[in-house]
Amino acid sequence: MSPPRPERALVRPHVVTGGRAHPTRNIFDLVTLVIASRSQVGGLSPEKRRVMELCQGGALSVAEVAAHLALPASVTKVLLSDLVDSGHIVTRASAAEAGQATDDMLREVLDGLRARL
Amino acid sequence: MGSALASDQLYVRETVRHSVKILIAGHFAVGKTTIVGALSEIRPLRTEEQMTQAGESVDDPSGVPGKTTTTVAMDFGRLTLSDDLVLYLFGAPGQERFKQMWNDLARGALGALVLADTRRIEESFDVMTLLEERGLPYAVAINQFDGAPVFPEDELREALDLLPATPLVRCDARDPVSSTRALIALVEYLIESKKRESA
Repeated sequence: MSPPRPERALVRPHVVTGGRAHPTRNIFDLVTLVIASRSQVGGLSPEKRRVMELCQGGALSVAEVAAHLALPASVTKVLLSDLVDSGHIVTRASAAEAGQATDDMLREVLDGLRARL
Repeated sequence: MGSALASDQLYVRETVRHSVKILIAGHFAVGKTTIVGALSEIRPLRTEEQMTQAGESVDDPSGVPGKTTTTVAMDFGRLTLSDDLVLYLFGAPGQERFKQMWNDLARGALGALVLADTRRIEESFDVMTLLEERGLPYAVAINQFDGAPVFPEDELREALDLLPATPLVRCDARDPVSSTRALIALVEYLIESKKRESA
């Protein structure tokens, strides 16, 4: 049942992020949704272009971006953080950043699950 | 990657503004990836994380005492629950040594479904401890493997040392309906617990 292993990126992670291990801001949870907010990719590194290419199509979670690009989640967060700083990517808040899930949100989860039965 | 990009289901629906996560926790080979696959609307994905951990070995050959790096893979899936909301399910391995990853996974998670196997009940203790340490509420789902012994609920509760309020359900991790019911039991419990807290 294990999904096929994605192709490995050919560049080592610390090269991709310019040697940094941590993002410039700590706004990303694994399920934070990200989407491209502009189409210009001039001046971006190849890895950031790949992120932008993927994120042009619609919203994805940080974890999905990492999986599709076969990058570690931590590296993906660094790249996304830079792209938010440069105005290329915008985020939609996850429940993690909003603190505790509200009653309404739990109720919405419950209704959504029941509707699948 | 080309084929994945061509898929209609690749992206989150445009109207979605919120995302939540629930952990599917359990020991090795208990069925975490199976249940994520049964529930996910996308082909389950895998992301890897490099862990720097406090090493137990004193004679680390790398020359950096007390630190080692391991790679751990997380399988996850996605369910769109409404026009506004998506749920992500993350398989979480039951090993203490992945502490940093556990902190990342647990932060902001609604709760966890602990998968257990009646042939190896005691192997679920570690994962339950990891959740309790982080204050993350959980329900236990017995993944009823073919040929595994079936015990009465009270015996299982005792063997797992569950609190009276902790839900215990049976499921077949291969079956989407059965697995959805297990998640529903967890979310009902989360809503109940919240009510009790605020009462």
